[in-house]
Amino acid sequence: MEPLPRHRAALNGVRLGLLSCPVCGRACRAQPLSALRCPQCRARLHTRKPDSLNRCSAWLAAAFISYLPANLLPIMQTRTLFGNQSDTILSGAVYLWNSGSWPLAMVVFVASILVPLLKILGLAFLLLSVRWRWQWAPLQRTRLYRLLELVGPWSMLDIFVVGLLVSLVNLRNLATIYAEPGALAFAAVVVFTMLAARAFDPRLIWDSQDECLG
Amino acid sequence: MLDKGETGQILLCHDCDLAQRWCALPARGCLCCRRCGAILWRASAMNLSARCALALAGLMAFVLACSMPIVALSRQGMQTVATLPATVLALWRQGQEPVALLVAATAMVIPALELLLLCYFLTALTFARIPPGFKLLLQCLPWLAPWGMSQVFLMGVLVALVKLARFADVTLGVGLWSYALLMLLMVLNASSLDARRLWNHYLAIVQR
Repeated sequence: MEPLPRHRAALNGVRLGLLSCPVCGRACRAQPLSALRCPQCRARLHTRKPDSLNRCSAWLAAAFISYLPANLLPIMQTRTLFGNQSDTILSGAVYLWNSGSWPLAMVVFVASILVPLLKILGLAFLLLSVRWRWQWAPLQRTRLYRLLELVGPWSMLDIFVVGLLVSLVNLRNLATIYAEPGALAFAAVVVFTMLAARAFDPRLIWDSQDECLG
Repeated sequence: MLDKGETGQILLCHDCDLAQRWCALPARGCLCCRRCGAILWRASAMNLSARCALALAGLMAFVLACSMPIVALSRQGMQTVATLPATVLALWRQGQEPVALLVAATAMVIPALELLLLCYFLTALTFARIPPGFKLLLQCLPWLAPWGMSQVFLMGVLVALVKLARFADVTLGVGLWSYALLMLLMVLNASSLDARRLWNHYLAIVQR
């Protein structure tokens, strides 16, 4: 990738009056109407994702509110003849580590504790950088966004584990596993961070740079 | 039409909005945006019939994965068996309705919809027919794609197996192997450029 010379203003869609169709990829001419449709495939067109910063901030705030109960409340409870044991996500990872399967303990720790936190912090950083019109490192910020979108679904790992354990460990008097409220909070965090990442438009990162160059 | 390399046509990068012109499409590798490196087109060796075959195979694997048991657990003579729908039901019965719906959606419903749409489009296009409702339904595909989490589910099964192995005897079922096969087929077949490729095939038929 050759870097563009800084003094030359980059030609982007806004300056050329073109819109990109998200479905068929065709560059369409922008008309001065509010509801635009691609002439080829009739998909809705937008210059940028509608209300991107506000929607992303809202979803992110919801994710942040859900993050604390997701990690503090237990996600499952094991009832055996010897008593009840409640597990949070962290204690689940610790159990895996202590029982010797440390690769899986790392996977659970990274996917369920680190990834949601990094997604929230990363998206907050991107949002602030766009709002304050930073021109610093747009390429790296775009790469960060792509990474956040890629790893998003992997936080659902623990929900699937809880679901499987609940349906399998149903051995009446021997042992039964129940899902606890923490699972709902955790599912909420995953869904909200995914929605926030979908709402964010990476083209906004480059807009402040293109505007400044004239 | 993109497959024949209409060079010179303007394209906007979906990540940084830079206006660029299409150059000749490579036989291998991919075309990236000059400024931000976003992948604008990825060369694929598979033709329409190959993709259609993969999609249909994936659909069959999916039916097996949902109906057959994934894992069986036995301890001291008691045995339980888990299938995907049973997992969702178990969560629902415990009062965790939103979580049950989310698991059903991401592990069953959305991969099913994706596969059905792909099979529908690809079968029709392979026989050079235009599928009815193509334009409307094609818009659903990019919307569904990020919510299909078959790979994550498979990883979740692995973690659950390790957690259970110390506690009881665990047997892997046909459902699990079908799900792994499904995941493999979907990884081979699906890409982020699905909608655009399907659109190109559609244009090829319409312009004939």
